Amino acid sequence: MAVVRRRSSLPQAPSYTIEQVEAISRDHDEPDWLRERRLEAWAQYQALPMPYMEEEWRRTDYRHIRWDEADRLINANGVDARSVPVKNLEPLTGAEQGGLLVFVDGKVVSHELADQLARQGVIFTDLRTAVREREDLVKAHFMTRAVTPADGKFAALHAALWDYGVFVHVPRNTAAELPLHVVCYNTAAGAGLGHVLVVLDENAQATMQVEYASQDRARQSAYIGATELIVGAAGNLRYVSLQDWNRETFEFSHQRGVVGRDAQLDWVNGVMGSRLTKAFIEVDTVGAGANARVSGFFFADRGQFFDLDTQQNHNAPLTNTDLLFKGAARDNARTLWQGMIKSLPKMQQIDGYQVCRNLMLSDEARMDSIPGLEIEADDVACSHAATFGTLEEEPIYYLMSRGITRPQAQLMIIEGFFDELLQRIPFERVRQRLMDEIEAKIIA
Amino acid sequence: MTATLQIKNLHVSVEGDDELILRGVDLTVKQGEIHALMGPNGSGKSTLANILMGNPAYDVREGAVLLDGENVLDMEPDERSRAGLFLAFQYPVAIPGVTLANFLRHAINARMKADDPESKGIPIPRFARMMRQKMTDLHIDHSFAGRYLNEGFSGGEKKRAEVLQMAVLEPRIAVLDETDSGLDIDALRIVADGVNALTGPDMGALVITHYQRMLNHIKPDYVHVLYDGRIVESGGPELALELEEKGYEWIREKHLALAEV
Repeated sequence: MAVVRRRSSLPQAPSYTIEQVEAISRDHDEPDWLRERRLEAWAQYQALPMPYMEEEWRRTDYRHIRWDEADRLINANGVDARSVPVKNLEPLTGAEQGGLLVFVDGKVVSHELADQLARQGVIFTDLRTAVREREDLVKAHFMTRAVTPADGKFAALHAALWDYGVFVHVPRNTAAELPLHVVCYNTAAGAGLGHVLVVLDENAQATMQVEYASQDRARQSAYIGATELIVGAAGNLRYVSLQDWNRETFEFSHQRGVVGRDAQLDWVNGVMGSRLTKAFIEVDTVGAGANARVSGFFFADRGQFFDLDTQQNHNAPLTNTDLLFKGAARDNARTLWQGMIKSLPKMQQIDGYQVCRNLMLSDEARMDSIPGLEIEADDVACSHAATFGTLEEEPIYYLMSRGITRPQAQLMIIEGFFDELLQRIPFERVRQRLMDEIEAKIIA
Repeated sequence: MTATLQIKNLHVSVEGDDELILRGVDLTVKQGEIHALMGPNGSGKSTLANILMGNPAYDVREGAVLLDGENVLDMEPDERSRAGLFLAFQYPVAIPGVTLANFLRHAINARMKADDPESKGIPIPRFARMMRQKMTDLHIDHSFAGRYLNEGFSGGEKKRAEVLQMAVLEPRIAVLDETDSGLDIDALRIVADGVNALTGPDMGALVITHYQRMLNHIKPDYVHVLYDGRIVESGGPELALELEEKGYEWIREKHLALAEV
């Protein structure tokens, strides 16, 4: 006889308490302002219901998370850099790192910064150290301008309970020529609350890549993260984020870039791992002449669910945002992209574009794309599009007619689909690695 | 051994459709020979080209195609290619994200791997040298190699890319499906020069064309006329000139008259 399992209709909440918030703050000897921010965020978190049927959540069912496993805060235990796969630690380009910061289970296991960058005054350190050593900078920027606790239930939870993070600061008129590389790797199951805060002062430049990955674990994990990219006037940030969590991880993250006058943000976001990802990826243009390019690629297979929720907020006139996401799904995977371009009233001469291209590799896969515009100005050029395709027989036949086998032809067409996106990653070595990972997903 | 492509009593329909497009085609092309296949629109020329390469959009209803005695119809398109067949497409397909060079390197490697599963493929420097040489020979700008295959190519560029692929893959029997269509006179000359440089003792060609003008540049040994799914006339180069002069109406009348008898 079949057992009918009845799920409770509302999502369960994790079991965190205010005592845990206070303990984290106390254990790290945090300044009062930070402790107060945690407690305020906790109050906001408590005041909100678990998100469920709100517009941005109603297509994303995460009720299969088992919080009794996933909410246990990960404690680093006897880990070091040897726990991390070599491929994640390779320099992004050339033989040496500009900067490398490696977290295992939330603990810093490796930290280096090229002399050249240190001499330039570039700060590249873990967030706890930054709280002690550059309190002024952290206090001014941490969850005040980009992601705030008010952004949602998980943003508030993150603000209350974050336990590790990266802080980058590039001073005025400084170009950090060498790329900065961050690896967040988990060996244990449980909850991780990582934070990235990047602050570029006026006319500063930097290139950075952050990678997230974890060992396969039978028990569930949760990643409740936040990423804040603050690009000052005439600054230029190239930022790459690559997520490859194990298949029992649920990610709930808020990520936002804030782009100042005449500044440029070039942001590539790759999602390959996790069991379920719900990521809010937003850019705010806050000064005239700001320019943001937001790119995303994703590839979901067996049982994965990705929900990428993007927003391009034009909060200043004469600003340009250009979003391109490309994704594939196979097996019974599901993906969802929901995009929105918004402008404040009277923000004239705005260009906003958003496109999501989907490649469906099986009949059981489901991909949805929901573009949207909310523009309160008339001198604007905004457009959106979503396309859906499958592997067609005609190009396969064409490649095969030159002697290429059918599996190889399919592989080439899928890799070709992603090529345009991967070319936006400024590191050849990383592009090659991602191609290999895409290939592994195709032939699995 | 001289490669021989034999087409015997070939009957073909569109996939899943009972109506025949080819109704018994017989034709033999040997390495070293150039055959021209002419015929009015709708006579089945492109169908023949595609069925030879294994286009899944068509069904063979009857007949055989043999390459050196082996049944080509049992082979997948990639096996046919590796056996020495080539089709220059009338409408080459754009493959976004795959560069011409990458594509051709994979095509060569597929051959090497079929011969020797342990093969590591062609070394990239050797491949690059070979590509540069072939592109120079065909008056193709070297930047071509880095462009996505056929994407945004002009009609002439697509046809030149087809001829470049043929030059790189060195088939024994090549089928050129209306490679002259959409070309201006200069592009036509370049493409024809490329074909002429490749044909010779090592390659046989079946040049499919609607117009005689292609045959001013590529001199066929034999000319065949396809009409209503059958080859109704075969002859030497003079047949092409006769068609140019009289048009296809003459074939139609003659064929109808024969049918009545």
